Amino acid sequence: MSLPRLLAGAQERTAFLAAHEATHGRLPARTRDELFEMVDAAGLRGRGGASFPTAVKLRSVAEQRGPRAVLVNGAEGEPMSAKDQVLMRLAPHLILDGALAAAIAVDAQEVVVAVHKGAVETGVAIRRAVQERVAGVKITVRDVPVAYLAGEETALIRFLDGGALLPTAAPPRPFERGLRGQPTLVQNPETFAHLALIARHGPTWFRELGTPAHPGSTLVTVAGAVRQPGVLEMACGTPLERVLAAAGGVTEPVRAVLVGGFHGVWIGADDIRRTTLDDESLALHGGSLAAGVIVALPGTACPMVELAKTVHWLAEQSAHQCGPCRNGLPAIVGVLDAMAVGRADATARERLQRWSGDLLGRGACRLPDGAVRFLNSGMRVFAAEVADHEQQGPCDACRRPMTLAVPRTSEWVAA
Amino acid sequence: MTSRLRVDPIACTGHGLCAELFPEWIGLDDWGYPIIESGPIPEELLVHARRAADACPKLALVVAAERARD
Repeated sequence: MSLPRLLAGAQERTAFLAAHEATHGRLPARTRDELFEMVDAAGLRGRGGASFPTAVKLRSVAEQRGPRAVLVNGAEGEPMSAKDQVLMRLAPHLILDGALAAAIAVDAQEVVVAVHKGAVETGVAIRRAVQERVAGVKITVRDVPVAYLAGEETALIRFLDGGALLPTAAPPRPFERGLRGQPTLVQNPETFAHLALIARHGPTWFRELGTPAHPGSTLVTVAGAVRQPGVLEMACGTPLERVLAAAGGVTEPVRAVLVGGFHGVWIGADDIRRTTLDDESLALHGGSLAAGVIVALPGTACPMVELAKTVHWLAEQSAHQCGPCRNGLPAIVGVLDAMAVGRADATARERLQRWSGDLLGRGACRLPDGAVRFLNSGMRVFAAEVADHEQQGPCDACRRPMTLAVPRTSEWVAA
Repeated sequence: MTSRLRVDPIACTGHGLCAELFPEWIGLDDWGYPIIESGPIPEELLVHARRAADACPKLALVVAAERARD
Protein backbone atom coordinates (compact mmCIF):
# COMPACT_ATOMS: atom_id res chain seq x y z
CA MET A 1 0.00 0.00 0.00
CA SER A 2 1.21 3.44 -0.76
CA LEU A 3 0.95 6.79 0.92
CA PRO A 4 -0.89 8.41 2.50
CA ARG A 5 -1.78 6.10 5.34
CA LEU A 6 -2.50 8.28 8.35
CA LEU A 7 -3.75 11.07 6.17
CA ALA A 8 -5.76 8.79 3.85
CA GLY A 9 -8.86 10.67 2.73
CA ALA A 10 -7.95 13.33 5.21
CA GLN A 11 -10.05 16.35 4.56
CA GLU A 12 -12.19 17.97 7.13
CA ARG A 13 -14.86 15.28 6.64
CA THR A 14 -12.68 12.41 7.89
CA ALA A 15 -12.93 14.01 11.27
CA PHE A 16 -16.40 12.42 11.40
CA LEU A 17 -16.89 8.82 12.43
CA ALA A 18 -18.85 7.67 9.36
CA ALA A 19 -16.25 9.01 6.93
CA HIS A 20 -13.45 7.66 9.11
CA GLU A 21 -14.95 4.16 9.02
CA ALA A 22 -15.62 4.41 5.29
CA THR A 23 -11.92 5.25 4.76
CA HIS A 24 -10.23 2.91 7.20
CA GLY A 25 -12.87 0.31 8.06
CA ARG A 26 -13.84 -0.61 11.59
CA LEU A 27 -11.20 -1.37 14.15
CA PRO A 28 -11.15 -5.16 14.56
CA ALA A 29 -11.22 -6.50 18.13
CA ARG A 30 -7.76 -7.68 19.14
CA THR A 31 -6.79 -9.51 22.28
CA ARG A 32 -4.00 -8.12 24.41
CA ASP A 33 -1.46 -10.67 23.17
CA GLU A 34 -2.49 -10.26 19.54
CA LEU A 35 -2.03 -6.50 19.69
CA PHE A 36 1.29 -6.71 21.55
CA GLU A 37 2.63 -9.19 19.01
CA MET A 38 1.44 -7.13 16.05
CA VAL A 39 2.97 -3.91 17.37
CA ASP A 40 6.18 -5.73 18.27
CA ALA A 41 6.47 -7.37 14.84
CA ALA A 42 5.68 -4.07 13.14
CA GLY A 43 8.62 -2.47 14.97
CA LEU A 44 6.57 0.64 15.76
CA ARG A 45 8.52 3.31 17.62
CA GLY A 46 7.13 6.39 19.37
CA ARG A 47 6.67 9.38 17.06
CA GLY A 48 6.86 11.99 19.80
CA GLY A 49 10.62 12.38 19.89
CA ALA A 50 12.25 9.58 21.83
CA SER A 51 11.61 6.77 19.28
CA PHE A 52 11.00 4.30 22.11
CA PRO A 53 9.64 0.89 21.02
CA THR A 54 5.88 1.03 21.53
CA ALA A 55 5.54 -2.70 22.26
CA VAL A 56 7.96 -2.39 25.19
CA LYS A 57 5.93 0.49 26.63
CA LEU A 58 2.66 -1.41 26.20
CA ARG A 59 4.06 -4.43 28.02
CA SER A 60 5.61 -2.31 30.80
CA VAL A 61 2.26 -0.71 31.59
CA ALA A 62 0.37 -4.01 31.31
CA GLU A 63 2.73 -5.63 33.82
CA GLN A 64 1.92 -3.07 36.53
CA ARG A 65 -0.75 -3.61 39.16
CA GLY A 66 -3.91 -1.65 39.87
CA PRO A 67 -5.95 0.71 37.67
CA ARG A 68 -4.11 2.04 34.62
CA ALA A 69 -4.52 4.99 32.27
CA VAL A 70 -3.71 5.94 28.69
CA LEU A 71 -2.50 9.44 27.89
CA VAL A 72 -2.47 10.82 24.36
CA ASN A 73 0.26 13.43 24.51
CA GLY A 74 -0.83 16.04 21.98
CA ALA A 75 0.81 18.95 23.79
CA GLU A 76 3.19 19.42 20.84
CA GLY A 77 5.55 21.81 22.61
CA GLU A 78 8.05 21.89 19.73
CA PRO A 79 7.42 25.36 18.26
CA MET A 80 7.89 24.43 14.60
CA SER A 81 5.96 21.17 14.77
CA ALA A 82 2.35 21.10 13.60
CA LYS A 83 1.90 17.43 12.72
CA ASP A 84 0.03 16.41 15.85
CA GLN A 85 -2.35 19.35 15.60
CA VAL A 86 -3.02 18.53 11.95
CA LEU A 87 -3.51 14.81 12.56
CA MET A 88 -5.79 15.39 15.55
CA ARG A 89 -7.87 17.78 13.48
CA LEU A 90 -8.10 15.64 10.33
CA ALA A 91 -8.05 12.11 11.73
CA PRO A 92 -9.12 12.28 15.38
CA HIS A 93 -10.91 8.93 15.13
CA LEU A 94 -7.77 7.13 14.02
CA ILE A 95 -6.01 8.43 17.13
CA LEU A 96 -8.96 7.45 19.34
CA ASP A 97 -9.01 3.97 17.73
CA GLY A 98 -5.37 3.51 18.67
CA ALA A 99 -5.80 4.89 22.17
CA LEU A 100 -8.85 2.68 22.81
CA ALA A 101 -7.16 -0.43 21.40
CA ALA A 102 -4.16 0.27 23.63
CA ALA A 103 -6.45 0.92 26.63
CA ILE A 104 -8.13 -2.45 26.17
CA ALA A 105 -4.76 -4.17 25.75
CA VAL A 106 -3.19 -2.70 28.90
CA ASP A 107 -6.53 -2.89 30.76
CA ALA A 108 -6.85 0.87 31.33
CA GLN A 109 -10.13 2.37 32.48
CA GLU A 110 -9.51 5.87 31.26
CA VAL A 111 -8.06 7.70 28.28
CA VAL A 112 -6.96 11.32 28.57
CA VAL A 113 -6.24 13.33 25.44
CA ALA A 114 -4.03 16.37 26.03
CA VAL A 115 -4.34 19.11 23.41
CA HIS A 116 -2.21 22.17 22.80
CA LYS A 117 -4.37 25.08 24.01
CA GLY A 118 -3.47 27.30 21.04
CA ALA A 119 -4.85 24.76 18.55
CA VAL A 120 -8.52 25.70 18.80
CA GLU A 121 -9.79 23.79 15.75
CA THR A 122 -7.90 20.71 16.87
CA GLY A 123 -9.56 20.90 20.28
CA VAL A 124 -12.97 21.20 18.62
CA ALA A 125 -12.32 18.26 16.28
CA ILE A 126 -11.10 15.89 18.95
CA ARG A 127 -13.94 16.77 21.34
CA ARG A 128 -16.51 16.24 18.61
CA ALA A 129 -14.89 12.90 17.78
CA VAL A 130 -15.07 11.81 21.43
CA GLN A 131 -18.78 12.68 21.50
CA GLU A 132 -19.40 10.53 18.44
CA ARG A 133 -18.03 7.51 20.24
CA VAL A 134 -19.66 5.01 22.49
CA ALA A 135 -16.70 3.58 24.32
CA GLY A 136 -16.48 1.37 27.36
CA VAL A 137 -13.54 3.46 28.46
CA LYS A 138 -13.93 6.99 29.74
CA ILE A 139 -12.28 9.53 27.39
CA THR A 140 -11.55 13.08 28.52
CA VAL A 141 -9.95 15.90 26.53
CA ARG A 142 -7.80 18.42 28.36
CA ASP A 143 -6.23 21.65 27.11
CA VAL A 144 -2.63 22.22 28.08
CA PRO A 145 -0.68 25.48 27.97
CA VAL A 146 1.51 26.30 25.01
CA ALA A 147 4.96 25.69 26.42
CA TYR A 148 8.08 23.84 25.37
CA LEU A 149 7.96 21.65 28.46
CA ALA A 150 4.23 20.91 28.06
CA GLY A 151 5.10 17.83 26.01
CA GLU A 152 7.59 16.56 28.59
CA GLU A 153 5.61 13.65 29.95
CA THR A 154 6.30 14.06 33.66
CA ALA A 155 5.50 17.80 33.46
CA LEU A 156 2.31 17.07 31.52
CA ILE A 157 1.14 14.48 34.04
CA ARG A 158 1.90 16.77 36.96
CA PHE A 159 -0.10 19.54 35.28
CA LEU A 160 -3.06 17.27 34.47
CA ASP A 161 -3.09 16.17 38.11
CA GLY A 162 -3.56 19.79 39.18
CA GLY A 163 0.09 20.71 39.74
CA ALA A 164 2.59 22.97 38.04
CA LEU A 165 3.71 22.35 34.46
CA LEU A 166 7.15 21.25 35.63
CA PRO A 167 9.06 17.99 35.15
CA THR A 168 9.42 15.66 38.10
CA ALA A 169 12.47 13.62 39.01
CA ALA A 170 12.36 10.13 37.53
CA PRO A 171 12.12 7.31 38.55
CA PRO A 172 9.27 6.59 38.97
CA ARG A 173 8.52 6.88 35.26
CA PRO A 174 4.93 7.36 34.06
CA PHE A 175 4.57 3.66 33.20
CA GLU A 176 5.05 3.00 36.94
CA ARG A 177 3.28 6.03 38.41
CA GLY A 178 1.48 8.45 36.10
CA LEU A 179 -1.94 10.09 36.08
CA ARG A 180 -3.25 10.15 39.66
CA GLY A 181 -0.61 7.61 40.53
CA GLN A 182 -1.82 5.07 38.00
CA PRO A 183 0.60 3.29 35.68
CA THR A 184 0.13 5.31 32.50
CA LEU A 185 0.81 4.58 28.84
CA VAL A 186 1.96 7.88 27.33
CA GLN A 187 2.22 8.09 23.55
CA ASN A 188 2.22 10.73 20.91
CA PRO A 189 -1.05 11.02 18.87
CA GLU A 190 0.69 9.88 15.70
CA THR A 191 1.93 6.73 17.45
CA PHE A 192 -1.64 5.81 18.43
CA ALA A 193 -2.78 6.41 14.84
CA HIS A 194 -0.10 4.02 13.52
CA LEU A 195 -1.12 1.51 16.17
CA ALA A 196 -4.73 1.73 14.94
CA LEU A 197 -3.61 0.92 11.40
CA ILE A 198 -1.35 -1.93 12.53
CA ALA A 199 -4.30 -3.42 14.45
CA ARG A 200 -6.27 -3.34 11.17
CA HIS A 201 -3.71 -4.35 8.57
CA GLY A 202 -0.96 -6.12 10.51
CA PRO A 203 2.81 -5.81 10.80
CA THR A 204 3.69 -7.03 7.30
CA TRP A 205 1.59 -4.27 5.79
CA PHE A 206 3.19 -1.72 8.13
CA ARG A 207 6.66 -2.76 7.00
CA GLU A 208 5.84 -2.33 3.32
CA LEU A 209 7.01 1.24 3.82
CA GLY A 210 10.12 2.43 5.62
CA THR A 211 13.41 0.68 6.38
CA PRO A 212 13.89 -2.57 8.33
CA ALA A 213 15.22 -0.61 11.32
CA HIS A 214 12.74 2.25 11.04
CA PRO A 215 9.60 0.86 9.47
CA GLY A 216 6.40 2.60 8.42
CA SER A 217 5.52 6.10 7.42
CA THR A 218 5.94 9.27 9.45
CA LEU A 219 4.50 12.74 9.59
CA VAL A 220 6.91 15.61 9.12
CA THR A 221 6.49 19.36 9.40
CA VAL A 222 8.60 20.99 6.70
CA ALA A 223 9.55 24.67 6.99
CA GLY A 224 12.19 27.19 5.96
CA ALA A 225 13.28 27.74 2.38
CA VAL A 226 10.68 25.51 0.68
CA ARG A 227 7.81 26.56 -1.58
CA GLN A 228 5.04 24.71 0.26
CA PRO A 229 5.83 24.45 3.95
CA GLY A 230 3.48 22.25 5.94
CA VAL A 231 2.74 18.77 7.24
CA LEU A 232 3.46 15.79 4.99
CA GLU A 233 3.37 12.04 5.40
CA MET A 234 6.51 10.35 4.10
CA ALA A 235 7.90 6.83 4.17
CA CYS A 236 10.68 6.48 6.74
CA GLY A 237 13.98 6.20 4.88
CA THR A 238 12.99 8.72 2.19
CA PRO A 239 16.01 10.77 1.04
CA LEU A 240 16.00 14.21 2.63
CA GLU A 241 16.15 15.78 -0.83
CA ARG A 242 12.91 14.08 -1.74
CA VAL A 243 11.26 15.39 1.41
CA LEU A 244 12.21 18.93 0.38
CA ALA A 245 10.94 18.24 -3.13
CA ALA A 246 7.63 17.00 -1.70
CA ALA A 247 7.34 20.35 0.06
CA GLY A 248 7.42 22.10 -3.30
CA GLY A 249 11.19 22.22 -3.63
CA VAL A 250 13.64 24.73 -2.24
CA THR A 251 13.24 28.44 -2.95
CA GLU A 252 16.98 29.13 -2.94
CA PRO A 253 20.24 27.24 -2.31
CA VAL A 254 20.20 25.57 1.09
CA ARG A 255 23.09 25.81 3.54
CA ALA A 256 21.87 23.05 5.88
CA VAL A 257 18.75 21.22 6.99
CA LEU A 258 17.68 20.98 10.61
CA VAL A 259 16.07 17.63 11.37
CA GLY A 260 14.19 17.04 14.62
CA GLY A 261 13.39 20.59 15.71
CA PHE A 262 15.08 22.63 18.42
CA HIS A 263 16.49 19.46 19.97
CA GLY A 264 17.56 18.17 16.58
CA VAL A 265 20.70 18.13 14.46
CA TRP A 266 21.93 20.03 11.43
CA ILE A 267 22.73 18.25 8.19
CA GLY A 268 25.22 20.30 6.18
CA ALA A 269 24.74 20.95 2.47
CA ASP A 270 27.23 18.23 1.47
CA ASP A 271 25.47 15.58 3.55
CA ILE A 272 21.87 16.32 2.55
CA ARG A 273 22.15 14.08 -0.51
CA ARG A 274 23.39 11.15 1.59
CA THR A 275 20.90 11.49 4.42
CA THR A 276 17.57 9.75 4.69
CA LEU A 277 14.56 10.25 6.90
CA ASP A 278 15.18 7.52 9.49
CA ASP A 279 16.94 7.11 12.81
CA GLU A 280 19.79 5.01 11.41
CA SER A 281 20.83 7.59 8.88
CA LEU A 282 20.31 10.50 11.28
CA ALA A 283 22.28 8.75 14.02
CA LEU A 284 25.39 9.29 11.87
CA HIS A 285 24.88 12.98 12.67
CA GLY A 286 24.10 12.41 16.33
CA GLY A 287 20.37 12.83 15.85
CA SER A 288 17.09 11.09 15.19
CA LEU A 289 13.87 11.85 13.41
CA ALA A 290 12.56 13.10 16.78
CA ALA A 291 9.20 14.85 16.28
CA GLY A 292 9.77 15.20 12.52
CA VAL A 293 10.49 18.90 12.12
CA ILE A 294 12.52 19.55 8.95
CA VAL A 295 13.80 23.08 8.34
CA ALA A 296 15.71 24.12 5.23
CA LEU A 297 18.13 26.89 6.18
CA PRO A 298 18.83 29.10 3.17
CA GLY A 299 22.36 30.18 2.32
CA THR A 300 21.32 33.77 2.90
CA ALA A 301 20.61 33.18 6.62
CA CYS A 302 23.17 33.69 9.37
CA PRO A 303 23.74 30.34 11.10
CA MET A 304 25.46 32.02 14.06
CA VAL A 305 22.34 34.02 14.86
CA GLU A 306 20.08 31.00 14.35
CA LEU A 307 22.19 29.02 16.82
CA ALA A 308 22.59 31.73 19.45
CA LYS A 309 18.96 32.87 19.46
CA THR A 310 17.55 29.36 19.52
CA VAL A 311 19.78 28.23 22.38
CA HIS A 312 18.86 31.46 24.17
CA TRP A 313 15.20 30.60 23.79
CA LEU A 314 15.76 27.02 24.95
CA ALA A 315 17.53 28.35 28.05
CA GLU A 316 14.47 30.47 28.78
CA GLN A 317 12.24 27.39 28.52
CA SER A 318 14.13 25.70 31.33
CA ALA A 319 11.97 24.98 34.35
CA HIS A 320 14.88 26.31 36.45
CA GLN A 321 14.53 23.36 38.77
CA CYS A 322 17.91 21.68 38.29
CA GLY A 323 21.19 23.45 39.04
CA PRO A 324 23.11 22.24 35.98
CA CYS A 325 20.44 23.50 33.55
CA ARG A 326 19.64 26.69 35.48
CA ASN A 327 23.32 27.70 35.58
CA GLY A 328 24.79 25.98 32.55
CA LEU A 329 22.42 27.05 29.78
CA PRO A 330 22.53 30.82 30.52
CA ALA A 331 26.33 30.60 30.76
CA ILE A 332 26.46 28.92 27.35
CA VAL A 333 24.14 31.59 25.93
CA GLY A 334 26.50 34.27 27.25
CA VAL A 335 29.42 32.75 25.36
CA LEU A 336 27.40 32.35 22.16
CA ASP A 337 26.19 35.95 22.28
CA ALA A 338 29.79 37.14 22.75
CA MET A 339 30.98 34.96 19.84
CA ALA A 340 28.26 36.31 17.57
CA VAL A 341 29.50 39.87 17.98
CA GLY A 342 33.22 39.03 17.95
CA ARG A 343 33.78 39.72 21.63
CA ALA A 344 34.50 36.24 22.96
CA ASP A 345 37.87 35.84 24.67
CA ALA A 346 40.45 33.14 24.01
CA THR A 347 39.02 30.77 26.62
CA ALA A 348 35.43 30.98 25.35
CA ARG A 349 35.52 27.86 23.23
CA GLU A 350 37.03 25.78 25.99
CA ARG A 351 34.31 26.93 28.39
CA LEU A 352 31.61 26.27 25.84
CA GLN A 353 32.85 22.71 25.35
CA ARG A 354 33.23 22.01 29.05
CA TRP A 355 29.84 23.43 30.00
CA SER A 356 28.09 21.62 27.17
CA GLY A 357 29.69 18.31 28.11
CA ASP A 358 28.93 18.85 31.79
CA LEU A 359 25.22 19.35 31.12
CA LEU A 360 24.53 15.96 29.55
CA GLY A 361 22.30 13.66 31.54
CA ARG A 362 22.19 15.92 34.56
CA GLY A 363 18.67 17.32 34.42
CA ALA A 364 15.40 15.80 35.57
CA CYS A 365 14.26 16.12 31.94
CA ARG A 366 16.10 16.10 28.62
CA LEU A 367 15.84 19.81 27.84
CA PRO A 368 19.54 20.50 28.51
CA ASP A 369 20.61 17.41 26.54
CA GLY A 370 18.53 18.50 23.57
CA ALA A 371 19.90 22.03 23.68
CA VAL A 372 23.46 20.70 23.73
CA ARG A 373 22.76 18.30 20.85
CA PHE A 374 21.38 21.17 18.74
CA LEU A 375 24.30 23.43 19.65
CA ASN A 376 27.11 20.90 19.14
CA SER A 377 25.77 19.87 15.78
CA GLY A 378 25.48 23.52 14.73
CA MET A 379 29.01 24.30 15.89
CA ARG A 380 30.28 21.41 13.72
CA VAL A 381 28.27 22.15 10.60
CA PHE A 382 28.71 25.93 10.80
CA ALA A 383 32.32 25.92 12.03
CA ALA A 384 33.40 28.36 9.31
CA GLU A 385 30.62 30.88 9.99
CA VAL A 386 31.15 30.67 13.75
CA ALA A 387 34.89 31.31 13.32
CA ASP A 388 34.10 34.31 11.06
CA HIS A 389 31.90 35.84 13.73
CA GLU A 390 34.45 35.20 16.46
CA GLN A 391 37.11 37.00 14.46
CA GLN A 392 35.17 39.68 12.62
CA GLY A 393 31.95 40.23 14.51
CA PRO A 394 28.47 40.44 12.97
CA CYS A 395 27.99 39.58 9.29
CA ASP A 396 25.63 41.20 6.77
CA ALA A 397 23.07 38.44 7.26
CA CYS A 398 22.94 38.84 11.05
CA ARG A 399 20.05 41.28 10.86
CA ARG A 400 17.88 39.26 8.50
CA PRO A 401 14.71 37.71 9.89
CA MET A 402 15.44 34.30 11.35
CA THR A 403 14.54 31.07 9.56
CA LEU A 404 13.96 29.12 12.76
CA ALA A 405 10.64 30.29 14.17
CA VAL A 406 11.78 31.00 17.71
CA PRO A 407 8.65 32.24 19.51
CA ARG A 408 8.74 35.49 21.33
CA THR A 409 8.91 34.52 24.96
CA SER A 410 6.01 36.76 25.87
CA GLU A 411 3.72 34.64 23.68
CA TRP A 412 4.52 31.57 25.69
CA VAL A 413 3.48 30.59 29.13
CA ALA A 414 6.49 30.64 31.40
CA ALA A 415 7.08 27.25 32.94
CA MET B 1 23.86 -6.77 42.83
CA THR B 2 25.55 -3.59 41.68
CA SER B 3 25.21 -0.16 43.21
CA ARG B 4 25.22 3.26 41.62
CA LEU B 5 24.97 6.76 42.99
CA ARG B 6 21.97 8.68 41.80
CA VAL B 7 21.16 12.32 42.47
CA ASP B 8 17.72 13.90 42.33
CA PRO B 9 18.72 17.01 40.34
CA ILE B 10 15.62 18.93 41.45
CA ALA B 11 16.25 18.32 45.14
CA CYS B 12 20.01 18.99 44.92
CA THR B 13 20.98 22.54 45.85
CA GLY B 14 24.72 22.14 45.41
CA HIS B 15 25.99 22.01 48.99
CA GLY B 16 28.85 19.91 47.68
CA LEU B 17 29.42 17.78 50.77
CA CYS B 18 29.19 14.64 48.63
CA ALA B 19 32.17 15.66 46.52
CA GLU B 20 34.24 16.29 49.63
CA LEU B 21 33.38 12.92 51.10
CA PHE B 22 33.71 10.89 47.92
CA PRO B 23 36.01 12.70 45.49
CA GLU B 24 36.93 9.42 43.76
CA TRP B 25 33.41 9.31 42.35
CA ILE B 26 31.94 12.81 42.56
CA GLY B 27 33.26 16.04 41.09
CA LEU B 28 31.67 19.48 41.04
CA ASP B 29 30.77 21.66 38.06
CA ASP B 30 31.61 25.36 37.90
CA TRP B 31 28.54 26.15 40.03
CA GLY B 32 29.17 23.56 42.70
CA TYR B 33 26.71 20.93 41.53
CA PRO B 34 27.82 17.30 41.56
CA ILE B 35 29.00 15.40 38.50
CA ILE B 36 28.75 11.74 39.38
CA GLU B 37 30.41 8.74 37.72
CA SER B 38 27.63 6.75 36.15
CA GLY B 39 29.10 3.26 36.43
CA PRO B 40 28.69 0.68 39.20
CA ILE B 41 30.56 1.51 42.38
CA PRO B 42 33.33 -0.95 43.30
CA GLU B 43 32.65 -2.89 46.50
CA GLU B 44 35.58 -1.33 48.36
CA LEU B 45 34.29 2.21 47.74
CA LEU B 46 30.68 1.54 48.77
CA VAL B 47 31.28 2.72 52.32
CA HIS B 48 32.30 6.16 50.95
CA ALA B 49 29.28 6.26 48.67
CA ARG B 50 26.95 5.57 51.59
CA ARG B 51 28.67 8.20 53.72
CA ALA B 52 28.28 10.79 50.94
CA ALA B 53 24.60 9.93 50.52
CA ASP B 54 23.97 10.12 54.26
CA ALA B 55 25.64 13.52 54.47
CA CYS B 56 23.46 15.19 51.83
CA PRO B 57 21.44 17.89 53.61
CA LYS B 58 18.71 17.67 50.96
CA LEU B 59 18.50 13.85 50.88
CA ALA B 60 19.07 14.24 47.14
CA LEU B 61 21.73 11.54 46.86
CA VAL B 62 20.96 7.84 47.03
CA VAL B 63 22.93 4.65 46.60
CA ALA B 64 20.67 2.67 44.31
CA ALA B 65 21.14 -1.07 44.34
CA GLU B 66 20.10 -2.92 41.23
CA ARG B 67 20.20 -6.49 40.11
CA ALA B 68 22.97 -7.18 37.65
CA ARG B 69 21.66 -7.36 34.11
CA ASP B 70 22.30 -10.49 32.14
